[in-house]
Amino acid sequence: MKAEGKIRVWQDYQKEIADDHYFYVRSCIRQNFFPGSEQTFLKILRTELGKDIYENPHHTTCSGIGYHSDVVPFDTIQTIVARQFALMTEAGYKNLAASCITSFGIYNEIIETWKEFPSELEKVRNFLKSATGREFEVPQNVAHASDIVYKFRDDIAARKKFSLINQHTGEPLKIVEHIGCHYSKMFPSKGVGGAEFPHVLVGMIESWGGEVIDYPERRHCCGFGFRQYLVMSNRGYSVSNSRKKFESMEPYIPDAILCNCPGCPMFLDRWQYVIEEMEGKTFGENGAGIPVLTYEEMAGLVLGYDPWDLGLQMHQTNVEPLLNKIGIQYNPELKYAGKDGKMIGKPMMVGCGW
Amino acid sequence: MELYQELTKDVRFVEGLNSCMNCGVCTAICPAAEFYDYDPRIIASIVQSKDEKRIEELLKSETIWYCGECMSCKTRCPRGNTTGLIIMALRSLSQDLGYFTESEKGRQQLAIKRVVGENIVYRGYCVLPENLVPELHPEQGPVGEWIYENKEAVYERVGANYNGEGEGALRKIPQESLDEIYRIFELTGGFERFDKIEYFSKKKAKGMGFIDPEEVYPDYVNHIYSTNNGKHSRQ
Ligand code: SF4
Ligand code: SF4
Repeated sequence: MKAEGKIRVWQDYQKEIADDHYFYVRSCIRQNFFPGSEQTFLKILRTELGKDIYENPHHTTCSGIGYHSDVVPFDTIQTIVARQFALMTEAGYKNLAASCITSFGIYNEIIETWKEFPSELEKVRNFLKSATGREFEVPQNVAHASDIVYKFRDDIAARKKFSLINQHTGEPLKIVEHIGCHYSKMFPSKGVGGAEFPHVLVGMIESWGGEVIDYPERRHCCGFGFRQYLVMSNRGYSVSNSRKKFESMEPYIPDAILCNCPGCPMFLDRWQYVIEEMEGKTFGENGAGIPVLTYEEMAGLVLGYDPWDLGLQMHQTNVEPLLNKIGIQYNPELKYAGKDGKMIGKPMMVGCGW
Repeated sequence: MELYQELTKDVRFVEGLNSCMNCGVCTAICPAAEFYDYDPRIIASIVQSKDEKRIEELLKSETIWYCGECMSCKTRCPRGNTTGLIIMALRSLSQDLGYFTESEKGRQQLAIKRVVGENIVYRGYCVLPENLVPELHPEQGPVGEWIYENKEAVYERVGANYNGEGEGALRKIPQESLDEIYRIFELTGGFERFDKIEYFSKKKAKGMGFIDPEEVYPDYVNHIYSTNNGKHSRQ
Protein backbone atom coordinates (compact mmCIF):
# COMPACT_ATOMS: atom_id res chain seq x y z
CA MET A 1 0.00 0.00 0.00
CA LYS A 2 1.21 3.51 -0.77
CA ALA A 3 2.21 5.59 2.23
CA GLU A 4 -0.69 8.04 1.91
CA GLY A 5 -3.14 5.12 1.67
CA LYS A 6 -1.69 3.71 4.86
CA ILE A 7 -2.02 7.07 6.57
CA ARG A 8 -5.65 7.27 5.49
CA VAL A 9 -6.43 3.79 6.84
CA TRP A 10 -4.60 4.56 10.04
CA GLN A 11 -6.65 7.71 10.56
CA ASP A 12 -9.69 5.53 11.09
CA TYR A 13 -7.97 4.13 14.13
CA GLN A 14 -7.15 7.35 15.95
CA LYS A 15 -9.17 8.54 18.88
CA GLU A 16 -9.38 11.84 20.61
CA ILE A 17 -7.85 11.87 24.08
CA ALA A 18 -8.38 14.91 26.28
CA ASP A 19 -5.27 16.90 27.08
CA ASP A 20 -5.93 17.91 30.70
CA HIS A 21 -8.52 18.20 33.51
CA TYR A 22 -9.56 14.63 34.13
CA PHE A 23 -12.09 13.14 36.54
CA TYR A 24 -10.51 9.90 37.72
CA VAL A 25 -12.50 6.75 38.43
CA ARG A 26 -10.71 3.78 39.97
CA SER A 27 -10.82 0.07 39.22
CA CYS A 28 -11.93 -2.49 41.83
CA ILE A 29 -9.51 -5.13 40.57
CA ARG A 30 -6.56 -2.76 40.34
CA GLN A 31 -7.16 -1.34 43.81
CA ASN A 32 -6.85 -4.90 45.11
CA PHE A 33 -3.98 -6.16 42.99
CA PHE A 34 -2.16 -3.14 41.58
CA PRO A 35 -2.86 -0.16 43.85
CA GLY A 36 0.70 1.02 43.22
CA SER A 37 -0.13 1.37 39.52
CA GLU A 38 -3.02 3.73 40.16
CA GLN A 39 -0.84 5.70 42.56
CA THR A 40 1.89 5.89 39.92
CA PHE A 41 -0.55 7.03 37.24
CA LEU A 42 -1.65 9.96 39.43
CA LYS A 43 1.94 10.79 40.34
CA ILE A 44 3.08 10.83 36.69
CA LEU A 45 0.18 13.02 35.66
CA ARG A 46 0.41 15.43 38.54
CA THR A 47 4.12 15.73 39.25
CA GLU A 48 5.81 14.81 35.96
CA LEU A 49 3.31 16.26 33.50
CA GLY A 50 1.65 18.96 35.62
CA LYS A 51 -1.88 17.84 34.74
CA ASP A 52 -5.05 18.34 36.72
CA ILE A 53 -6.67 15.05 37.68
CA TYR A 54 -9.33 14.93 40.36
CA GLU A 55 -10.60 12.01 42.41
CA ASN A 56 -13.82 12.29 44.37
CA PRO A 57 -13.81 9.89 47.35
CA HIS A 58 -17.56 9.44 46.90
CA HIS A 59 -17.22 7.59 43.62
CA THR A 60 -17.84 3.86 43.84
CA THR A 61 -17.45 0.75 41.78
CA CYS A 62 -19.21 0.97 38.42
CA SER A 63 -20.55 -2.50 39.42
CA GLY A 64 -19.14 -3.89 36.16
CA ILE A 65 -17.99 -7.25 37.51
CA GLY A 66 -21.46 -7.77 38.96
CA TYR A 67 -23.00 -6.72 35.65
CA HIS A 68 -20.81 -9.02 33.57
CA SER A 69 -21.45 -11.90 35.94
CA ASP A 70 -25.15 -11.07 35.53
CA VAL A 71 -26.17 -10.38 39.12
CA VAL A 72 -26.57 -6.64 38.42
CA PRO A 73 -29.33 -5.64 35.93
CA PHE A 74 -28.67 -3.19 33.12
CA ASP A 75 -30.91 -0.46 34.62
CA THR A 76 -28.97 -0.66 37.87
CA ILE A 77 -25.53 -0.33 36.33
CA GLN A 78 -26.71 2.45 34.04
CA THR A 79 -27.86 4.42 37.07
CA ILE A 80 -24.67 3.75 39.04
CA VAL A 81 -22.68 4.98 36.04
CA ALA A 82 -24.96 8.01 35.78
CA ARG A 83 -24.11 8.75 39.43
CA GLN A 84 -20.39 8.75 38.61
CA PHE A 85 -21.17 11.19 35.76
CA ALA A 86 -23.16 13.35 38.19
CA LEU A 87 -20.18 13.55 40.56
CA MET A 88 -18.07 14.57 37.57
CA THR A 89 -20.57 17.19 36.45
CA GLU A 90 -20.88 18.62 39.96
CA ALA A 91 -17.09 18.97 40.20
CA GLY A 92 -17.00 20.86 36.89
CA TYR A 93 -15.19 18.21 34.85
CA LYS A 94 -15.98 16.96 31.34
CA ASN A 95 -13.22 14.43 30.71
CA LEU A 96 -13.52 11.03 32.30
CA ALA A 97 -10.34 9.00 32.93
CA ALA A 98 -11.12 5.36 33.77
CA SER A 99 -8.52 3.16 35.43
CA CYS A 100 -10.46 0.01 34.57
CA ILE A 101 -11.10 -1.53 31.17
CA THR A 102 -14.29 -3.24 32.27
CA SER A 103 -15.54 0.19 33.37
CA PHE A 104 -14.21 1.82 30.21
CA GLY A 105 -16.17 -0.69 28.11
CA ILE A 106 -19.25 -0.11 30.22
CA TYR A 107 -19.05 3.68 30.03
CA ASN A 108 -18.80 3.37 26.25
CA GLU A 109 -21.59 0.77 26.04
CA ILE A 110 -23.92 2.90 28.13
CA ILE A 111 -23.18 6.16 26.29
CA GLU A 112 -23.72 4.38 22.95
CA THR A 113 -26.96 2.84 24.27
CA TRP A 114 -28.20 6.30 25.22
CA LYS A 115 -27.44 7.54 21.71
CA GLU A 116 -29.29 4.67 20.10
CA PHE A 117 -32.11 4.36 22.60
CA PRO A 118 -32.80 7.89 23.98
CA SER A 119 -35.63 6.47 26.09
CA GLU A 120 -32.99 4.60 28.15
CA LEU A 121 -31.25 7.91 28.91
CA GLU A 122 -34.53 9.49 29.99
CA LYS A 123 -35.32 6.51 32.20
CA VAL A 124 -31.88 6.64 33.82
CA ARG A 125 -32.09 10.41 34.43
CA ASN A 126 -35.34 9.78 36.30
CA PHE A 127 -33.93 6.87 38.26
CA LEU A 128 -30.92 8.88 39.36
CA LYS A 129 -32.94 11.94 40.27
CA SER A 130 -35.40 9.93 42.37
CA ALA A 131 -32.71 7.84 44.06
CA THR A 132 -30.17 10.58 44.77
CA GLY A 133 -31.53 13.96 43.67
CA ARG A 134 -28.57 14.23 41.28
CA GLU A 135 -28.41 15.29 37.64
CA PHE A 136 -25.64 14.73 35.14
CA GLU A 137 -24.05 15.58 31.81
CA VAL A 138 -22.63 12.88 29.57
CA PRO A 139 -18.81 13.21 29.51
CA GLN A 140 -17.34 14.95 26.49
CA ASN A 141 -14.34 12.66 26.44
CA VAL A 142 -13.93 9.16 27.84
CA ALA A 143 -10.35 7.92 28.02
CA HIS A 144 -8.85 4.85 29.53
CA ALA A 145 -5.84 5.62 31.71
CA SER A 146 -3.63 3.81 29.19
CA ASP A 147 -4.85 6.21 26.46
CA ILE A 148 -3.56 9.08 28.57
CA VAL A 149 -0.17 7.47 29.18
CA TYR A 150 -0.06 6.73 25.43
CA LYS A 151 -0.81 10.36 24.64
CA PHE A 152 2.06 11.54 26.82
CA ARG A 153 4.47 8.66 26.07
CA ASP A 154 7.04 10.92 24.46
CA ASP A 155 6.90 13.40 27.36
CA ILE A 156 7.61 10.45 29.63
CA ALA A 157 10.43 9.35 27.30
CA ALA A 158 11.91 12.85 27.52
CA ARG A 159 12.19 12.43 31.32
CA LYS A 160 13.38 8.85 31.30
CA LYS A 161 16.15 7.52 33.54
CA PHE A 162 16.14 4.09 31.89
CA SER A 163 15.31 2.70 28.46
CA LEU A 164 13.79 -0.63 27.60
CA ILE A 165 17.21 -1.80 26.41
CA ASN A 166 18.98 -4.93 27.59
CA GLN A 167 22.09 -3.58 29.33
CA HIS A 168 23.98 -6.81 28.73
CA THR A 169 23.44 -6.98 24.97
CA GLY A 170 22.56 -3.41 24.02
CA GLU A 171 19.50 -4.76 22.20
CA PRO A 172 15.94 -3.49 22.70
CA LEU A 173 13.96 -5.59 25.15
CA LYS A 174 11.45 -7.91 23.50
CA ILE A 175 8.02 -7.13 24.87
CA VAL A 176 4.76 -8.90 24.14
CA GLU A 177 1.61 -6.95 24.85
CA HIS A 178 -1.89 -7.97 25.88
CA ILE A 179 -4.80 -5.57 25.48
CA GLY A 180 -7.92 -6.05 27.59
CA CYS A 181 -10.81 -7.34 25.47
CA HIS A 182 -13.22 -4.59 26.50
CA TYR A 183 -10.74 -1.88 25.51
CA SER A 184 -11.57 -1.99 21.81
CA LYS A 185 -13.30 -5.23 20.81
CA MET A 186 -16.71 -3.78 21.67
CA PHE A 187 -16.25 -0.32 20.20
CA PRO A 188 -13.17 -0.35 17.97
CA SER A 189 -13.32 3.41 17.37
CA LYS A 190 -12.94 4.03 21.12
CA GLY A 191 -9.48 2.48 21.32
CA VAL A 192 -6.20 3.73 19.85
CA GLY A 193 -5.62 1.54 16.79
CA GLY A 194 -9.09 -0.02 16.91
CA ALA A 195 -9.63 -3.70 17.53
CA GLU A 196 -7.40 -4.85 14.69
CA PHE A 197 -4.26 -2.79 15.31
CA PRO A 198 -4.36 -1.72 18.96
CA HIS A 199 -1.49 0.67 19.26
CA VAL A 200 -1.91 1.94 22.79
CA LEU A 201 0.80 -0.27 24.33
CA VAL A 202 2.88 -0.55 21.16
CA GLY A 203 3.30 3.23 21.18
CA MET A 204 4.60 3.18 24.76
CA ILE A 205 7.00 0.27 24.20
CA GLU A 206 8.52 1.83 21.10
CA SER A 207 8.74 5.29 22.61
CA TRP A 208 10.63 3.91 25.62
CA GLY A 209 13.16 1.96 23.56
CA GLY A 210 11.73 -1.58 23.50
CA GLU A 211 10.70 -3.81 20.63
CA VAL A 212 7.18 -5.17 20.24
CA ILE A 213 7.02 -8.87 19.50
CA ASP A 214 4.02 -10.12 17.59
CA TYR A 215 2.67 -13.54 18.54
CA PRO A 216 -0.27 -15.47 17.09
CA GLU A 217 -2.59 -15.32 20.11
CA ARG A 218 -1.90 -11.65 20.79
CA ARG A 219 -5.59 -10.75 20.67
CA HIS A 220 -6.89 -13.82 22.52
CA CYS A 221 -8.69 -13.20 25.83
CA CYS A 222 -6.66 -13.80 29.01
CA GLY A 223 -9.51 -15.99 30.21
CA PHE A 224 -10.98 -13.86 33.01
CA GLY A 225 -14.51 -14.50 31.81
CA PHE A 226 -15.99 -12.89 34.98
CA ARG A 227 -17.99 -15.87 36.41
CA GLN A 228 -15.35 -18.16 34.86
CA TYR A 229 -12.84 -16.91 37.39
CA LEU A 230 -15.07 -15.76 40.26
CA VAL A 231 -16.37 -19.28 40.91
CA MET A 232 -13.68 -21.72 41.94
CA SER A 233 -14.97 -24.66 39.90
CA ASN A 234 -14.88 -22.63 36.66
CA ARG A 235 -11.26 -21.55 36.85
CA GLY A 236 -10.08 -24.19 34.36
CA TYR A 237 -11.50 -21.86 31.69
CA SER A 238 -9.38 -19.03 32.92
CA VAL A 239 -6.05 -20.87 33.20
CA SER A 240 -6.57 -22.68 29.87
CA ASN A 241 -7.02 -19.46 27.96
CA SER A 242 -3.98 -17.85 29.61
CA ARG A 243 -2.02 -20.99 28.82
CA LYS A 244 -2.92 -20.71 25.16
CA LYS A 245 -1.34 -17.26 25.18
CA PHE A 246 1.81 -18.39 27.03
CA GLU A 247 2.36 -21.23 24.57
CA SER A 248 1.93 -18.82 21.70
CA MET A 249 4.43 -16.27 23.03
CA GLU A 250 7.01 -18.74 24.43
CA PRO A 251 8.97 -19.32 21.16
CA TYR A 252 9.71 -15.58 20.91
CA ILE A 253 11.47 -15.58 24.31
CA PRO A 254 9.88 -12.33 25.51
CA ASP A 255 11.53 -10.30 28.25
CA ALA A 256 8.17 -9.12 29.60
CA ILE A 257 4.42 -9.05 29.07
CA LEU A 258 2.80 -5.61 29.12
CA CYS A 259 -0.93 -5.21 29.85
CA ASN A 260 -3.47 -2.41 29.98
CA CYS A 261 -6.31 -4.30 31.69
CA PRO A 262 -6.92 -4.64 35.43
CA GLY A 263 -7.38 -8.41 35.55
CA CYS A 264 -5.13 -9.58 32.72
CA PRO A 265 -1.77 -8.83 34.37
CA MET A 266 -2.92 -10.54 37.57
CA PHE A 267 -4.07 -13.64 35.68
CA LEU A 268 -1.03 -13.78 33.41
CA ASP A 269 1.12 -13.43 36.53
CA ARG A 270 -0.67 -15.93 38.79
CA TRP A 271 -1.49 -18.57 36.17
CA GLN A 272 2.22 -18.92 35.33
CA TYR A 273 2.75 -19.89 38.96
CA VAL A 274 -0.19 -22.31 38.90
CA ILE A 275 1.00 -24.01 35.70
CA GLU A 276 4.45 -24.43 37.18
CA GLU A 277 2.99 -25.89 40.38
CA MET A 278 0.77 -28.28 38.45
CA GLU A 279 3.09 -29.36 35.66
CA GLY A 280 6.54 -27.94 36.34
CA LYS A 281 6.23 -25.96 33.12
CA THR A 282 7.55 -22.41 32.81
CA PHE A 283 7.45 -20.18 29.75
CA GLY A 284 10.29 -17.67 30.19
CA GLU A 285 14.01 -17.67 29.61
CA ASN A 286 16.24 -20.14 31.53
CA GLY A 287 13.31 -21.86 33.16
CA ALA A 288 11.98 -18.65 34.73
CA GLY A 289 8.56 -17.10 34.36
CA ILE A 290 7.87 -14.12 32.12
CA PRO A 291 7.54 -10.93 34.20
CA VAL A 292 4.13 -9.28 33.72
CA LEU A 293 3.77 -5.53 34.09
CA THR A 294 1.08 -2.90 33.95
CA TYR A 295 1.79 0.12 31.73
CA GLU A 296 2.12 2.37 34.77
CA GLU A 297 4.66 0.02 36.32
CA MET A 298 6.61 0.10 33.06
CA ALA A 299 6.37 3.90 32.87
CA GLY A 300 7.48 4.13 36.50
CA LEU A 301 10.55 1.97 35.85
CA VAL A 302 11.47 4.10 32.83
CA LEU A 303 11.14 7.21 35.01
CA GLY A 304 13.44 5.66 37.62
CA TYR A 305 10.87 5.08 40.38
CA ASP A 306 11.67 2.52 43.06
CA PRO A 307 10.25 -0.89 42.02
CA TRP A 308 8.87 -1.47 45.51
CA ASP A 309 7.09 1.92 45.46
CA LEU A 310 5.45 0.73 42.25
CA GLY A 311 4.21 -2.42 44.00
CA LEU A 312 6.22 -4.98 42.03
CA GLN A 313 6.57 -7.04 45.23
CA MET A 314 2.86 -7.86 44.83
CA HIS A 315 3.62 -10.00 41.77
CA GLN A 316 3.97 -13.75 42.11
CA THR A 317 6.16 -14.14 39.01
CA ASN A 318 9.49 -12.49 39.75
CA VAL A 319 10.22 -9.17 38.11
CA GLU A 320 13.94 -9.14 39.02
CA PRO A 321 15.11 -10.68 35.70
CA LEU A 322 13.58 -7.70 33.91
CA LEU A 323 14.96 -5.15 36.40
CA ASN A 324 18.43 -6.65 35.95
CA LYS A 325 18.22 -6.44 32.18
CA ILE A 326 17.14 -2.79 32.28
CA GLY A 327 19.94 -2.10 34.75
CA ILE A 328 17.72 -0.85 37.56
CA GLN A 329 19.37 -0.73 40.98
CA TYR A 330 17.09 -2.01 43.71
CA ASN A 331 17.47 -3.14 47.26
CA PRO A 332 16.33 -6.79 47.54
CA GLU A 333 16.32 -6.41 51.35
CA LEU A 334 13.51 -3.86 51.12
CA LYS A 335 11.28 -5.86 48.80
CA TYR A 336 9.01 -7.01 51.61
CA ALA A 337 9.47 -4.03 53.89
CA GLY A 338 6.63 -1.85 55.10
CA LYS A 339 6.40 1.90 55.01
CA ASP A 340 8.62 2.13 58.09
CA GLY A 341 11.35 -0.01 56.45
CA LYS A 342 10.67 -3.02 58.71
CA MET A 343 9.97 -6.40 57.10
CA ILE A 344 6.30 -7.38 56.73
CA GLY A 345 7.07 -11.08 56.91
CA LYS A 346 7.88 -12.73 53.62
CA PRO A 347 5.95 -14.87 51.13
CA MET A 348 6.65 -18.59 51.55
CA MET A 349 7.85 -18.74 47.98
CA VAL A 350 8.17 -16.34 45.10
CA GLY A 351 8.26 -17.77 41.66
CA CYS A 352 7.86 -19.13 39.24
CA GLY A 353 11.11 -20.72 38.17
CA TRP A 354 13.30 -18.51 40.30
CA MET B 1 -45.33 -15.97 28.50
CA GLU B 2 -43.76 -15.66 25.08
CA LEU B 3 -40.06 -16.07 25.81
CA TYR B 4 -38.90 -14.54 22.54
CA GLN B 5 -41.09 -11.50 23.18
CA GLU B 6 -39.60 -11.14 26.65
CA LEU B 7 -36.11 -11.21 25.17
CA THR B 8 -36.92 -8.40 22.75
CA LYS B 9 -37.69 -6.12 25.71
CA ASP B 10 -33.98 -6.19 26.57
CA VAL B 11 -32.05 -3.56 24.57
CA ARG B 12 -28.99 -5.79 24.68
CA PHE B 13 -30.90 -8.47 22.82
CA VAL B 14 -32.08 -5.94 20.25
CA GLU B 15 -28.50 -4.77 19.87
CA GLY B 16 -27.05 -8.29 19.85
CA LEU B 17 -29.17 -10.01 17.22
CA ASN B 18 -29.60 -8.73 13.68
CA SER B 19 -29.62 -11.82 11.54
CA CYS B 20 -27.31 -14.78 11.83
CA MET B 21 -26.10 -16.60 8.72
CA ASN B 22 -24.53 -19.45 10.67
CA CYS B 23 -21.03 -18.75 9.38
CA GLY B 24 -19.37 -19.73 12.67
CA VAL B 25 -16.86 -16.88 12.73
CA CYS B 26 -17.92 -16.10 16.31
CA THR B 27 -17.21 -19.71 17.28
CA ALA B 28 -13.74 -19.54 15.78
CA ILE B 29 -12.78 -16.52 17.91
CA CYS B 30 -14.61 -17.52 21.11
CA PRO B 31 -12.50 -18.40 24.17
CA ALA B 32 -15.47 -20.22 25.72
CA ALA B 33 -15.78 -22.44 22.65
CA GLU B 34 -12.10 -23.21 23.06
CA PHE B 35 -12.67 -24.66 26.50
CA TYR B 36 -16.30 -25.63 26.98
CA ASP B 37 -18.68 -27.67 24.92
CA TYR B 38 -20.05 -24.38 23.65
CA ASP B 39 -20.84 -22.87 20.28
CA PRO B 40 -22.03 -19.24 20.11
CA ARG B 41 -23.23 -19.79 16.54
CA ILE B 42 -25.86 -22.20 17.87
CA ILE B 43 -27.01 -19.66 20.47
CA ALA B 44 -27.63 -17.04 17.76
CA SER B 45 -29.28 -19.64 15.60
CA ILE B 46 -31.68 -20.87 18.31
CA VAL B 47 -32.92 -17.46 19.39
CA GLN B 48 -33.30 -16.41 15.79
CA SER B 49 -35.53 -19.43 15.14
CA LYS B 50 -38.00 -18.03 17.74
CA ASP B 51 -38.66 -21.65 18.69
CA GLU B 52 -40.16 -21.25 22.17
CA LYS B 53 -39.36 -24.80 23.24
CA ARG B 54 -35.73 -24.54 22.26
CA ILE B 55 -35.42 -21.12 23.90
CA GLU B 56 -36.85 -22.56 27.11
CA GLU B 57 -34.34 -25.41 26.97
CA LEU B 58 -31.58 -22.86 26.48
CA LEU B 59 -32.73 -20.85 29.50
CA LYS B 60 -32.52 -24.00 31.64
CA SER B 61 -29.27 -25.24 30.12
CA GLU B 62 -25.63 -25.21 31.22
CA THR B 63 -24.79 -23.69 27.85
CA ILE B 64 -25.74 -20.07 28.49
CA TRP B 65 -23.42 -19.95 31.50
CA TYR B 66 -20.30 -20.90 29.51
CA CYS B 67 -19.75 -17.51 27.85
CA GLY B 68 -17.06 -15.28 29.39
CA GLU B 69 -18.63 -12.02 28.15
CA CYS B 70 -15.31 -11.01 26.59
CA MET B 71 -17.19 -9.60 23.57
CA SER B 72 -14.57 -10.87 21.13
CA CYS B 73 -17.51 -12.00 19.00
CA LYS B 74 -18.71 -8.41 18.62
CA THR B 75 -15.68 -7.39 16.60
CA ARG B 76 -15.85 -10.36 14.27
CA CYS B 77 -19.43 -11.07 13.26
CA PRO B 78 -19.91 -10.05 9.63
CA ARG B 79 -23.60 -9.38 10.33
CA GLY B 80 -22.99 -7.19 13.37
CA ASN B 81 -24.42 -9.65 15.91
CA THR B 82 -22.98 -10.02 19.39
CA THR B 83 -23.61 -13.40 20.95
CA GLY B 84 -22.20 -12.12 24.23
CA LEU B 85 -25.05 -9.58 24.43
CA ILE B 86 -27.65 -12.23 23.51
CA ILE B 87 -26.22 -14.33 26.34
CA MET B 88 -26.63 -11.44 28.79
CA ALA B 89 -30.30 -11.12 27.88
CA LEU B 90 -30.80 -14.90 28.18
CA ARG B 91 -29.11 -15.00 31.59
CA SER B 92 -31.27 -12.14 32.86
CA LEU B 93 -34.43 -13.90 31.75
CA SER B 94 -33.25 -17.23 33.13
CA GLN B 95 -32.83 -15.59 36.54
CA ASP B 96 -36.16 -13.79 36.34
CA LEU B 97 -37.95 -17.07 35.71
CA GLY B 98 -35.92 -19.15 38.16
CA TYR B 99 -34.67 -21.43 35.38
CA PHE B 100 -31.03 -20.84 36.33
CA THR B 101 -31.23 -23.35 39.18
CA GLU B 102 -31.81 -26.15 36.67
CA SER B 103 -28.12 -26.23 35.72
CA GLU B 104 -24.95 -26.68 37.74
CA LYS B 105 -23.38 -23.58 36.21
CA GLY B 106 -26.54 -21.50 36.58
CA ARG B 107 -26.83 -22.35 40.29
CA GLN B 108 -23.49 -20.57 40.81
CA GLN B 109 -25.31 -17.23 40.55
CA LEU B 110 -26.10 -17.39 44.25
CA ALA B 111 -22.41 -17.56 45.18
CA ILE B 112 -21.66 -14.57 42.93
CA LYS B 113 -24.60 -12.59 44.33
CA ARG B 114 -23.55 -13.31 47.92
CA VAL B 115 -20.01 -12.00 47.37
CA VAL B 116 -19.82 -9.56 44.44
CA GLY B 117 -23.44 -8.42 44.61
CA GLU B 118 -23.36 -7.68 48.32
CA ASN B 119 -19.92 -6.06 48.13
CA ILE B 120 -21.32 -3.55 45.63
CA VAL B 121 -24.29 -2.55 47.78
CA TYR B 122 -22.72 -2.61 51.22
CA ARG B 123 -19.10 -1.65 50.50
CA GLY B 124 -19.13 0.11 47.12
CA TYR B 125 -16.65 -2.32 45.55
CA CYS B 126 -17.04 -5.45 43.42
CA VAL B 127 -14.04 -7.14 45.02
CA LEU B 128 -12.28 -6.61 48.34
CA PRO B 129 -9.00 -7.81 49.85
CA GLU B 130 -11.01 -9.70 52.50
CA ASN B 131 -12.52 -11.90 49.76
CA LEU B 132 -9.16 -13.28 48.70
CA VAL B 133 -9.08 -15.97 51.36
CA PRO B 134 -6.15 -18.26 50.43
CA GLU B 135 -8.19 -21.50 50.69
CA LEU B 136 -10.73 -20.12 48.22
CA HIS B 137 -8.04 -18.57 46.02
CA PRO B 138 -5.10 -20.97 45.91
CA GLU B 139 -4.15 -19.52 42.51
CA GLN B 140 -3.12 -16.31 44.26
CA GLY B 141 -0.07 -18.24 45.40
CA PRO B 142 2.25 -17.53 48.32
CA VAL B 143 2.47 -13.84 47.41
CA GLY B 144 -1.31 -13.57 47.46
CA GLU B 145 -1.30 -15.24 50.86
CA TRP B 146 1.37 -12.82 52.10
CA ILE B 147 -0.74 -9.87 50.94
CA TYR B 148 -3.86 -11.37 52.56
CA GLU B 149 -2.11 -11.98 55.89
CA ASN B 150 -0.57 -8.49 55.96
CA LYS B 151 -3.23 -6.42 54.23
CA GLU B 152 -2.83 -3.19 56.18
CA ALA B 153 0.96 -3.03 55.94
CA VAL B 154 1.23 -4.12 52.29
CA TYR B 155 -1.44 -1.74 51.05
CA GLU B 156 0.00 1.10 53.08
CA ARG B 157 3.47 0.47 51.60
CA VAL B 158 2.25 0.88 48.02
CA GLY B 159 0.30 4.04 48.72
CA ALA B 160 -3.24 2.68 49.09
CA ASN B 161 -5.68 4.01 51.68
CA TYR B 162 -7.18 0.69 52.79
CA ASN B 163 -10.36 1.37 54.80
CA GLY B 164 -9.24 4.96 55.29
CA GLU B 165 -11.16 8.21 55.02
CA GLY B 166 -10.82 10.44 51.95
CA GLU B 167 -9.51 9.49 48.55
CA GLY B 168 -7.18 6.71 47.46
CA ALA B 169 -7.21 3.05 46.53
CA LEU B 170 -9.43 0.83 48.73
CA ARG B 171 -10.66 3.84 50.74
CA LYS B 172 -13.76 3.38 52.84
CA ILE B 173 -16.71 4.52 50.73
CA PRO B 174 -18.64 7.12 52.77
CA GLN B 175 -21.96 5.87 54.18
CA GLU B 176 -24.01 8.55 52.42
CA SER B 177 -22.68 7.28 49.08
CA LEU B 178 -23.50 3.68 50.01
CA ASP B 179 -27.00 4.88 50.89
CA GLU B 180 -27.34 6.28 47.38
CA ILE B 181 -26.21 2.98 45.86
CA TYR B 182 -28.76 1.22 48.06
CA ARG B 183 -31.57 3.45 46.79
CA ILE B 184 -30.42 2.91 43.21
CA PHE B 185 -30.68 -0.86 43.77
CA GLU B 186 -34.16 -0.44 45.27
CA LEU B 187 -35.44 1.62 42.39
CA THR B 188 -33.86 -0.01 39.37
CA GLY B 189 -34.58 -3.66 40.01
CA GLY B 190 -31.21 -4.51 41.52
CA PHE B 191 -32.74 -5.90 44.72
CA GLU B 192 -35.48 -7.61 42.75
CA ARG B 193 -32.74 -9.54 40.90
CA PHE B 194 -31.03 -10.36 44.22
CA ASP B 195 -34.30 -11.51 45.77
CA LYS B 196 -35.08 -13.79 42.83
CA ILE B 197 -31.64 -15.35 42.97
CA GLU B 198 -32.10 -15.97 46.71
CA TYR B 199 -35.68 -17.23 46.43
CA PHE B 200 -35.13 -19.75 43.65
CA SER B 201 -31.76 -20.87 45.04
CA LYS B 202 -33.23 -21.60 48.48
CA LYS B 203 -36.01 -23.55 46.88
CA LYS B 204 -33.44 -25.54 44.95
CA ALA B 205 -31.23 -26.03 48.01
CA LYS B 206 -34.19 -27.50 49.88
CA GLY B 207 -35.03 -29.69 46.91
CA MET B 208 -31.46 -30.97 46.84
CA GLY B 209 -31.72 -31.95 50.49
CA PHE B 210 -29.73 -29.12 52.10
CA ILE B 211 -31.09 -28.22 55.50
CA ASP B 212 -30.69 -24.87 57.23
CA PRO B 213 -33.26 -23.53 59.67
CA GLU B 214 -31.72 -20.07 59.24
CA GLU B 215 -32.38 -20.30 55.48
CA VAL B 216 -28.89 -19.04 54.59
CA TYR B 217 -27.64 -22.37 53.22
CA PRO B 218 -23.87 -21.93 53.56
CA ASP B 219 -23.33 -25.61 52.64
CA TYR B 220 -25.27 -25.14 49.43
CA VAL B 221 -23.14 -22.07 48.63
CA ASN B 222 -19.94 -24.05 49.24
CA HIS B 223 -21.34 -26.82 47.08
CA ILE B 224 -22.21 -24.63 44.09
CA TYR B 225 -18.91 -22.75 44.40
CA SER B 226 -16.75 -25.83 44.20
CA THR B 227 -18.72 -28.52 42.33
CA ASN B 228 -17.78 -29.49 38.81
CA ASN B 229 -19.33 -32.61 37.32
CA GLY B 230 -16.55 -32.74 34.74
CA LYS B 231 -18.99 -32.85 31.83
CA HIS B 232 -18.66 -29.26 30.67
CA SER B 233 -15.45 -29.10 28.74
CA ARG B 234 -14.80 -29.95 25.14
CA GLN B 235 -12.62 -33.02 25.89
S1 SF4 C 1 -20.39 -14.68 13.35
FE1 SF4 C 1 -22.42 -13.71 13.33
S2 SF4 C 1 -23.44 -14.48 11.49
FE2 SF4 C 1 -21.69 -15.82 11.89
S3 SF4 C 1 -22.53 -17.50 13.14
FE3 SF4 C 1 -21.76 -15.97 14.57
S4 SF4 C 1 -23.55 -14.67 15.03
FE4 SF4 C 1 -24.04 -15.84 13.17
S1 SF4 D 1 -18.62 -12.87 24.56
FE1 SF4 D 1 -19.09 -15.02 24.99
S2 SF4 D 1 -19.78 -15.83 23.02
FE2 SF4 D 1 -18.70 -13.91 22.57
S3 SF4 D 1 -16.56 -14.53 22.15
FE3 SF4 D 1 -16.66 -14.00 24.33
S4 SF4 D 1 -17.06 -15.95 25.38
FE4 SF4 D 1 -17.57 -16.25 23.19
